[in-house]
Amino acid sequence: MTSTTAPKNSIDTDNAPIITIDKLNKWYGKFHVLKDIDLSVNKTEKIVICGPSGSGKSTLIRCINRLEVHQEGSIIVDGTELTDDVKHINEIRSDVGMVFQHFNLFPHLTVLENCTLAPIWVRKKSKIEADEIGMELLTKVRIPDQAHKYPGQLSGGQQQRVAIARALCMQPRVMLFDEPTSALDPEMIKEVLETMIELAESGMTMLVVTHEMGFANKVADRVIFMDEGQIVEQNDPGNFFNNPKSDRTKLFLSQILEH
Amino acid sequence: MSENSTNFIKIPDREPPINSIGWLAWIRHNLFGSTTNTIITVLFFYFFYLYIPPFVDWAILNANISGSDRSVCDANKAGACWTFIKVRLDQLLFGLYFATNPEEIWRPIFVFALFGMLVVPLVIDSTPHKKWLLMILLTIYPVIFIAVVYGGVFGIPVSDTGQWGGLLLTFALAFVGIVLALPLGILLALGRRSEMPIVRALSITYIEFWRGTPLITILFMASVMLPLFFPSGVEFDKVVRAMIGITLFQSAYTAEAVRGGLQAIDKGQNEASMALGMGYWRRTMLIVLPQALKISIPSIVNTFIALFKDTSLVSIIGLLDLLKMSQNASRSLDWNGYDIEGYLFAGFVFWIFCFGMSSYSQKLEQKLDTDRRSE
Ligand SMILES: Nc1ncnc2c1ncn2[C@@H]1O[C@H](COP(=O)(O)OP(=O)(O)OP(=O)(O)O)[C@@H](O)[C@H]1O
Ligand SMILES: [Mg+2]
Repeated sequence: MTSTTAPKNSIDTDNAPIITIDKLNKWYGKFHVLKDIDLSVNKTEKIVICGPSGSGKSTLIRCINRLEVHQEGSIIVDGTELTDDVKHINEIRSDVGMVFQHFNLFPHLTVLENCTLAPIWVRKKSKIEADEIGMELLTKVRIPDQAHKYPGQLSGGQQQRVAIARALCMQPRVMLFDEPTSALDPEMIKEVLETMIELAESGMTMLVVTHEMGFANKVADRVIFMDEGQIVEQNDPGNFFNNPKSDRTKLFLSQILEH
Repeated sequence: MSENSTNFIKIPDREPPINSIGWLAWIRHNLFGSTTNTIITVLFFYFFYLYIPPFVDWAILNANISGSDRSVCDANKAGACWTFIKVRLDQLLFGLYFATNPEEIWRPIFVFALFGMLVVPLVIDSTPHKKWLLMILLTIYPVIFIAVVYGGVFGIPVSDTGQWGGLLLTFALAFVGIVLALPLGILLALGRRSEMPIVRALSITYIEFWRGTPLITILFMASVMLPLFFPSGVEFDKVVRAMIGITLFQSAYTAEAVRGGLQAIDKGQNEASMALGMGYWRRTMLIVLPQALKISIPSIVNTFIALFKDTSLVSIIGLLDLLKMSQNASRSLDWNGYDIEGYLFAGFVFWIFCFGMSSYSQKLEQKLDTDRRSE
């Protein structure tokens, strides 16, 4: 690819991957967290990443919007390679939505303000327009009536749905989820997963780190299993759950499906 | 919505029990609840009885306020001599220049009145546009203050800053210190946490240098050394020198207070705003600072209160602040011997300002306490 910026719509050719990760390596100090990761994600594809704790799942998806910096290999998001260039980073980040395990809502802003802040300041939308989009997405995640409350007044499940709406307000091309339900009570997991399933059905490209295997089975196009910083195995959910290739995957699945 | 389960019967809500049975029970429980409690209560009322009535007698019931010289007070030694304060009020509040130029005295009165008009609405809940009021107080007000009190514009004669004094000087020093140190302190606090090593090192050096030096030393340095840095002939105003010294000193303390708030912000806040594509300054101004400043309000105001009181150290470089002015006045031939009244008055004025700041900060804290779950 040449450095001359291609017109935006040329990227929209259907089979171009939206994320291309090539020989990605990352270290924390001397600790080699990610080893030779190759991964490409097509538009509208839904990928579920699982693996034992400490295997590097969070690190991998945080590299995709450069919350973590990698040392070797390349990551290309939407046609732009991730480098140190601040302007590019912010552009990519505004096109890549992220949902965190602990929601990370802004406690000093109302639910609606949480949703409209970035559209106003980053996308330069007018307040009226941003409010409109914000209310539309809060309606989509089924909490329009909470718009003027503060995050601290909502339940965990509601907060996570606000976090999803907040990310969607930027009209991202990809959504990253890092264990979005693991800080929630069982009753609330369901409402968040439902929201995510609806989002998946609407055609959003999604990378989801989760241990919710029901969700993986239902929406994933591909399930990726990671261990010790490597991708051990990837397959469609049917094959992944029913006849995993490696023993490591079998062991992991037996542990996770036990309870 | 009928619940289908057969064994779930909803118990209707009730009012909470009333556990206070009038004021007698309150007193018994709270003042005489235990032996220790009883002893403390008794001792308290004993000392209260021992000291308060005589003080009230002296300060209020027997006090002198009439007349215009010491003869009234000398005739009635059992009471405080507020006549002294009354006669010297202009001098104590506005300093010698304005006390000796009665036709100019509207100038300090005007700026204090304006200050009151800006501050009182800030404390009242229902005032609209408080943000703008605060902005005016912090930006336009200082300009008006200089124009009116210092003069030199609109035909207002220039007042000699060397003759500024009393509350006016105390107020001017503290106000400048607070208004300039706040933005400077915020920048320093941000610098101290910067990812750029040079910015970080400079901020740390600055903060630790000024924090480790007593204000008295800084005032001496400002008054003796500052002129050395400028070509001879550049006459540096003594008040301005004190202001510079105070601001440099105060900004280091404000920075540390702000840093406390910055440290308390979860790093997820920064990450979430990064993930939305916000750059450093947007994250800082919209997400991090609003939360960090709220947390650090009590400690920031603490530094303001400390500064307000510390301004009395300027007497060491020959400036007559409120305290020094009270002392001087009570040592003048006319009023020699009435220093207690002078000190009490100065202390009382200091207290009003400091208590005001403290109350305002508590109010602000409560109002900004939004992330607590509603009741
Ligand atoms: N900032 C950091 N500095 C040093 N080591 C880190 C840092 N962040 C993560 N690690 C280490 O890197 C490894 C991978 O972490 P990561 O958070 O990506 O794992 P994970 O697969 O998401 O695990 P979990 O399921 O517990 O969230 C872990 O061993 C972790 O201790
Ligand atoms: Mg993780």
